Amino acid sequence: MNLKVLCFGITRDIIGQFEYKLSLPSEATVADLKNQLSTQFPKFATLKSLRIALNEEYAEDAMTLKENDEIVLIPPVSGG
Amino acid sequence: MIDIQLLHTSLSEQACLDFVKTDDTGGIVVFVGTVRNQTKGKSVIRLDFEAYEPMAISEMRKIAVQAVEQFSLKKISVHHRVGILGIGEAPVVIAVSSAHRKAAFDACEYVIDTLKETVPIWKKEVFEDGEVWVSATP
Repeated sequence: MNLKVLCFGITRDIIGQFEYKLSLPSEATVADLKNQLSTQFPKFATLKSLRIALNEEYAEDAMTLKENDEIVLIPPVSGG
Repeated sequence: MIDIQLLHTSLSEQACLDFVKTDDTGGIVVFVGTVRNQTKGKSVIRLDFEAYEPMAISEMRKIAVQAVEQFSLKKISVHHRVGILGIGEAPVVIAVSSAHRKAAFDACEYVIDTLKETVPIWKKEVFEDGEVWVSATP
Protein backbone atom coordinates (compact mmCIF):
# COMPACT_ATOMS: atom_id res chain seq x y z
CA MET A 1 0.00 0.00 0.00
CA ASN A 2 1.06 3.57 -0.59
CA LEU A 3 1.52 5.77 2.43
CA LYS A 4 2.22 9.42 2.95
CA VAL A 5 4.16 10.52 6.01
CA LEU A 6 4.39 14.08 7.34
CA CYS A 7 7.75 15.01 8.80
CA PHE A 8 8.23 17.60 11.55
CA GLY A 9 11.31 19.01 13.25
CA ILE A 10 14.55 17.17 12.74
CA THR A 11 12.83 14.36 10.79
CA ARG A 12 12.15 16.83 7.96
CA ASP A 13 15.86 17.70 7.85
CA ILE A 14 16.83 14.01 7.80
CA ILE A 15 14.37 13.03 5.06
CA GLY A 16 14.73 16.28 3.17
CA GLN A 17 11.04 16.93 2.63
CA PHE A 18 7.85 17.53 4.59
CA GLU A 19 5.68 14.97 2.78
CA TYR A 20 7.39 11.66 2.24
CA LYS A 21 5.74 8.91 0.21
CA LEU A 22 6.60 5.26 0.64
CA SER A 23 5.18 1.82 0.01
CA LEU A 24 4.74 -0.94 2.60
CA PRO A 25 2.97 -4.33 2.48
CA SER A 26 -0.69 -4.16 3.49
CA GLU A 27 -1.18 -4.91 7.20
CA ALA A 28 2.17 -3.25 7.93
CA THR A 29 2.47 -1.90 11.47
CA VAL A 30 3.91 1.23 13.05
CA ALA A 31 7.00 -0.83 13.95
CA ASP A 32 7.40 -1.84 10.28
CA LEU A 33 7.28 1.81 9.27
CA LYS A 34 9.95 2.72 11.84
CA ASN A 35 12.17 -0.13 10.61
CA GLN A 36 11.75 0.93 7.00
CA LEU A 37 12.65 4.53 7.84
CA SER A 38 15.71 3.51 9.88
CA THR A 39 16.95 1.35 7.05
CA GLN A 40 16.47 4.07 4.49
CA PHE A 41 17.72 6.93 6.67
CA PRO A 42 20.42 5.70 9.10
CA LYS A 43 20.41 9.10 10.86
CA PHE A 44 17.15 8.13 12.57
CA ALA A 45 19.34 6.02 14.88
CA THR A 46 20.80 9.25 16.32
CA LEU A 47 17.44 10.47 17.63
CA LYS A 48 16.59 10.20 21.33
CA SER A 49 13.18 8.86 20.36
CA LEU A 50 10.78 8.61 17.46
CA ARG A 51 7.04 8.39 17.97
CA ILE A 52 4.41 8.01 15.27
CA ALA A 53 1.05 9.72 15.34
CA LEU A 54 -1.88 8.15 13.50
CA ASN A 55 -4.80 10.49 12.88
CA GLU A 56 -3.69 12.94 15.56
CA GLU A 57 -3.08 10.39 18.32
CA TYR A 58 0.15 8.72 19.48
CA ALA A 59 0.28 5.18 18.07
CA GLU A 60 1.62 1.97 19.60
CA ASP A 61 4.20 -0.05 17.64
CA ALA A 62 1.75 -2.92 17.08
CA MET A 63 -0.94 -0.79 15.45
CA THR A 64 -1.73 -1.52 11.80
CA LEU A 65 -1.40 1.20 9.19
CA LYS A 66 -4.09 1.93 6.63
CA GLU A 67 -3.67 3.71 3.32
CA ASN A 68 -5.62 6.83 4.24
CA ASP A 69 -4.22 7.29 7.74
CA GLU A 70 -2.65 10.62 8.52
CA ILE A 71 0.82 9.45 9.55
CA VAL A 72 3.13 11.89 11.28
CA LEU A 73 6.70 11.50 12.52
CA ILE A 74 7.15 12.90 16.03
CA PRO A 75 10.82 13.29 17.00
CA PRO A 76 11.58 14.38 20.61
CA VAL A 77 9.29 17.32 21.33
CA SER A 78 10.63 20.59 22.76
CA GLY A 79 7.75 22.99 23.26
CA GLY A 80 7.45 25.44 26.11
CA MET B 1 -13.40 26.51 31.91
CA ILE B 2 -10.56 25.55 29.58
CA ASP B 3 -8.94 27.94 27.09
CA ILE B 4 -6.35 26.45 24.72
CA GLN B 5 -4.78 28.47 21.92
CA LEU B 6 -1.93 27.97 19.47
CA LEU B 7 -1.04 31.37 18.05
CA HIS B 8 1.21 32.82 15.37
CA THR B 9 1.30 36.21 17.10
CA SER B 10 2.60 37.60 20.40
CA LEU B 11 1.03 36.09 23.51
CA SER B 12 -0.83 38.14 26.10
CA GLU B 13 -0.18 37.23 29.74
CA GLN B 14 -3.11 39.47 30.64
CA ALA B 15 -5.50 37.55 28.40
CA CYS B 16 -4.65 34.27 30.16
CA LEU B 17 -4.90 35.90 33.57
CA ASP B 18 -8.26 37.50 32.80
CA PHE B 19 -9.69 34.21 31.53
CA VAL B 20 -9.03 32.31 34.76
CA LYS B 21 -10.40 34.88 37.24
CA THR B 22 -13.56 33.76 39.03
CA ASP B 23 -15.31 34.96 42.17
CA ASP B 24 -14.60 31.70 44.00
CA THR B 25 -10.88 31.74 43.18
CA GLY B 26 -8.43 32.04 46.09
CA GLY B 27 -5.22 31.99 44.07
CA ILE B 28 -3.99 32.33 40.50
CA VAL B 29 -0.59 31.16 39.24
CA VAL B 30 0.77 32.28 35.88
CA PHE B 31 3.79 30.70 34.23
CA VAL B 32 5.50 32.53 31.38
CA GLY B 33 8.20 30.75 29.39
CA THR B 34 10.66 33.15 27.77
CA VAL B 35 13.42 32.86 25.18
CA ARG B 36 16.85 32.90 26.85
CA ASN B 37 19.88 34.61 25.25
CA GLN B 38 22.23 31.66 25.66
CA THR B 39 22.41 27.86 25.86
CA LYS B 40 25.43 26.22 27.47
CA GLY B 41 27.43 29.41 26.98
CA LYS B 42 26.53 29.83 23.29
CA SER B 43 24.71 32.99 22.25
CA VAL B 44 21.23 32.34 20.89
CA ILE B 45 19.98 34.67 18.15
CA ARG B 46 16.40 33.40 17.96
CA LEU B 47 14.21 30.33 18.31
CA ASP B 48 12.06 28.87 15.53
CA PHE B 49 8.97 27.02 16.82
CA GLU B 50 6.80 24.72 14.75
CA ALA B 51 3.88 22.49 15.67
CA TYR B 52 1.76 19.68 14.31
CA GLU B 53 -1.07 22.05 14.99
CA PRO B 54 -4.26 19.97 15.33
CA MET B 55 -2.56 17.43 17.57
CA ALA B 56 -0.70 20.10 19.56
CA ILE B 57 -4.06 21.64 20.41
CA SER B 58 -5.66 18.30 21.29
CA GLU B 59 -2.70 17.24 23.45
CA MET B 60 -2.70 20.59 25.30
CA ARG B 61 -6.42 20.14 25.89
CA LYS B 62 -5.85 16.63 27.34
CA ILE B 63 -3.30 18.06 29.78
CA ALA B 64 -5.68 20.84 30.79
CA VAL B 65 -8.57 18.42 31.34
CA GLN B 66 -6.33 16.22 33.50
CA ALA B 67 -5.07 19.25 35.49
CA VAL B 68 -8.57 20.54 36.17
CA GLU B 69 -9.59 17.14 37.51
CA GLN B 70 -6.42 16.33 39.43
CA PHE B 71 -5.99 19.74 41.12
CA SER B 72 -9.66 20.84 41.27
CA LEU B 73 -8.96 23.96 39.25
CA LYS B 74 -11.55 26.63 38.62
CA LYS B 75 -10.19 27.56 35.21
CA ILE B 76 -7.11 27.12 33.06
CA SER B 77 -5.68 28.96 30.08
CA VAL B 78 -2.77 27.64 28.00
CA HIS B 79 -1.46 29.69 25.08
CA HIS B 80 1.50 28.54 22.97
CA ARG B 81 3.10 30.45 20.16
CA VAL B 82 4.74 29.18 16.96
CA GLY B 83 6.99 30.95 14.46
CA ILE B 84 10.17 32.94 14.95
CA LEU B 85 10.76 34.33 18.45
CA GLY B 86 13.46 36.72 19.60
CA ILE B 87 15.20 36.95 22.97
CA GLY B 88 12.79 37.75 25.80
CA GLU B 89 9.66 36.84 23.85
CA ALA B 90 7.23 34.30 25.34
CA PRO B 91 6.53 30.99 23.59
CA VAL B 92 4.15 29.83 26.32
CA VAL B 93 1.83 31.29 28.94
CA ILE B 94 -0.12 29.15 31.41
CA ALA B 95 -2.60 30.53 33.95
CA VAL B 96 -4.55 28.47 36.47
CA SER B 97 -6.99 29.41 39.20
CA SER B 98 -8.06 27.41 42.23
CA ALA B 99 -9.62 27.88 45.64
CA HIS B 100 -6.23 27.55 47.38
CA ARG B 101 -2.72 28.47 46.26
CA LYS B 102 -0.97 25.12 46.62
CA ALA B 103 -3.17 23.45 44.03
CA ALA B 104 -2.54 26.33 41.64
CA PHE B 105 1.26 26.13 42.02
CA ASP B 106 1.22 22.34 41.63
CA ALA B 107 -1.12 22.45 38.63
CA CYS B 108 0.95 25.03 36.81
CA GLU B 109 4.09 22.95 37.25
CA TYR B 110 2.27 19.80 36.14
CA VAL B 111 1.00 21.50 32.98
CA ILE B 112 4.35 22.91 31.81
CA ASP B 113 6.24 19.69 32.65
CA THR B 114 3.73 17.52 30.78
CA LEU B 115 3.48 19.94 27.85
CA LYS B 116 7.24 19.61 27.36
CA GLU B 117 6.91 15.80 27.20
CA THR B 118 3.85 15.18 25.07
CA VAL B 119 2.79 18.15 22.95
CA PRO B 120 4.05 17.96 19.34
CA ILE B 121 5.84 21.28 19.21
CA TRP B 122 9.51 21.65 18.27
CA LYS B 123 12.01 24.43 18.67
CA LYS B 124 15.22 25.07 16.78
CA GLU B 125 17.89 27.21 18.40
CA VAL B 126 19.64 29.48 15.94
CA PHE B 127 23.22 30.52 16.82
CA GLU B 128 25.75 32.77 15.04
CA ASP B 129 27.35 29.70 13.48
CA GLY B 130 24.56 27.18 13.06
CA GLU B 131 21.31 25.81 14.40
CA VAL B 132 20.11 22.80 16.34
CA TRP B 133 16.75 21.11 17.06
CA VAL B 134 16.47 21.20 20.84
CA SER B 135 16.54 17.80 22.61
CA ALA B 136 16.42 15.86 19.33
CA THR B 137 19.67 13.98 19.80
CA PRO B 138 21.58 12.93 22.97
